[in-house]
Amino acid sequence: MNGTVTVLAASADTRRGLTIGLFAVFIAITLYITIWASRQNKTAADYYAAGRSFSAFQNGLAISGDYMSAASFLGIAGLIALFGYDGFLYSIGFLVAWLVALLLVAELLRNSGRFTMGDVLAFRMRQRPVRTAAGISTITVSIFYLIAQMVGAGALVALLLGIRSGETFIGLSAGAAKNLTIVLVGALMIFYVTVGGMRGTTWVQIVKAGLLMTGALVMTIFVLAKFNFNPSSLLGAAADQSGKGEAFLNPGLRYGAGDWLTKVDLISLGLALVLGTAGLPHILIRFYTVPTARDARRSVNWAITLIGSFYLMTLALGFGAAALVGTNAIRAANPGGNTAAPQLAEELGGGPGTTGGAIFLAFIASVAFATILAVVAGLTLASSSSVAHDLYANAVRKGDVGEKDEVRVARVAALVIGAVAIMLSIFAQNLNVAFLVALAFAVAASGNLPALLYSLFWRRFNTRGAVWAIYGGLVTAVVLVVFSPVVSGKSTALISDQDFSWFPLENPGIISIPAGFFFGWLGTILSRERDDPKYDELEVRSLTGAGAH
Amino acid sequence: MTSDVQPGSGRAHSAPGQPTADAYSRMEADPRFRELRRRFRNFAFPWTVAFLAWYLLYVLMSAYARGFMDTKVVGNLNVAFFFGILQFVSTFVIAWLYSRYANRRLDPLAQELYREMGGRR
Repeated sequence: MNGTVTVLAASADTRRGLTIGLFAVFIAITLYITIWASRQNKTAADYYAAGRSFSAFQNGLAISGDYMSAASFLGIAGLIALFGYDGFLYSIGFLVAWLVALLLVAELLRNSGRFTMGDVLAFRMRQRPVRTAAGISTITVSIFYLIAQMVGAGALVALLLGIRSGETFIGLSAGAAKNLTIVLVGALMIFYVTVGGMRGTTWVQIVKAGLLMTGALVMTIFVLAKFNFNPSSLLGAAADQSGKGEAFLNPGLRYGAGDWLTKVDLISLGLALVLGTAGLPHILIRFYTVPTARDARRSVNWAITLIGSFYLMTLALGFGAAALVGTNAIRAANPGGNTAAPQLAEELGGGPGTTGGAIFLAFIASVAFATILAVVAGLTLASSSSVAHDLYANAVRKGDVGEKDEVRVARVAALVIGAVAIMLSIFAQNLNVAFLVALAFAVAASGNLPALLYSLFWRRFNTRGAVWAIYGGLVTAVVLVVFSPVVSGKSTALISDQDFSWFPLENPGIISIPAGFFFGWLGTILSRERDDPKYDELEVRSLTGAGAH
Repeated sequence: MTSDVQPGSGRAHSAPGQPTADAYSRMEADPRFRELRRRFRNFAFPWTVAFLAWYLLYVLMSAYARGFMDTKVVGNLNVAFFFGILQFVSTFVIAWLYSRYANRRLDPLAQELYREMGGRR
């Protein structure tokens, strides 16, 4: 264990310089793109939806960029490296989820909405209550997701730049360097969003997706080449080096290993993963950036191809890290396994202390930063759009607002949300990143998806149903998490010295998702409101594109 | 796009180029639209049930059928590994099937109705 730490430190200076240099290049390119994009932006449709001018392939890349967060790249590779097969469960749920978006949501949403998820939910309802609920739910999901990414950035910087507690870097302690990174990431994302709008943010996603796919592909080929392109010997070597033997390749090391509750928890997690994606506001608004529903479908197909290939590559990265770096060395560098991919890069480049290793590690580290930066920009855009379009323009001003005014509010909202996220992230540094991401998925699946599906497919659905579905799913999910063992009781919990947990599951999905559907149904049948002509309009518009923006 | 009217709602039917509420209701009753909706739902609903059931089977077996999932098939590759890979394959295949179906059975009809509603594309 100590050996690894020493060797990692040996090349720290070279690596820091290279990582910072490469990351600076990425920042320079994206800043240039953002300023270029800002010159193209003239209308509200430019700011919110990039003038609906992206091609299906470009948007497919951007969706992949938005979706493959730090949790996907560093998190899943790390989970596989530590727990073997169980890390793979995450990738499967995250990928299959795209079929919900493809078959039920993407095209219909593209045709019936304009800028936000709230557009579709409020289509045939009374605007004010539904817009307010949609805005609150969008912001809640995005903030949880946002904090997860920024905490991840803060935690990784010390490791990737090789700053350990007690050490200093350009005069900064590890803690100060973390905070500085969070502030820097926050400032950059605010700049991308307020200046570049959707067009600039989309290009940042495209550049990032290209970098991430390239990095993952190169590493995958290197790993497979070491095992003569034989997956069986890769898995065998991983099992040997893991210290767990055969069990490393079987389900159950991390999830569902204990009593019946842990198995229910696994199912709950599986449900949240597969149903969360189609309710994530920052993913949904990407469908507005293409000209037609057909392009929305084709962009999801590109996204499925890219994301699926990427998750298959994380298998090689995770098992490769276990086989070549070793599970113990990975755990020694980061107990969560978050540095498995960068450590593997160093090993593939020639090993710790070599120039090749330092270069490869620096490249992968800067790709990881680019990943985080792009995702937080996408999230900030989604939530600030909802503040301006749902809450301000429609709920407060009741649609009586000019485009310029609305976009100005969106920019201010991005600034405020960015600032809030920076502060929360600095205070929330000890939160577990995976917990926040899983919560964001559970909240999206519980609060957004039932309302969205009812809106699109249930004629009888009405204002009360929509409001109850959103708040019912949202509140159930959040309350169950607060009283779960993740927040209190266990030694690994957020507040470990107190125990107010009465809900035994770590993921609330299995209760809160049905709750969202139930409250939506109950609210609907308890209200007499029914607007058949508006549902006719929604159906015709969503399926044919007539009258679509 | 700059001529976008009332945000998100269809309240401003009088705007040029936008179909009226009446036109939507008439189209909704049109047998060709009913056919389009039927075709869409006949694909989307059964396939959604199918892939969700297939995925849940995978999750349930990961939780409750460990012995079977741990069975080695080829070398170090076990049933769980192939089941996982099959989830990827089925996702790719269903996405491809839907695109083919939509291109042939949905898009031409949707485009015809779109034109009739005054769309220009």
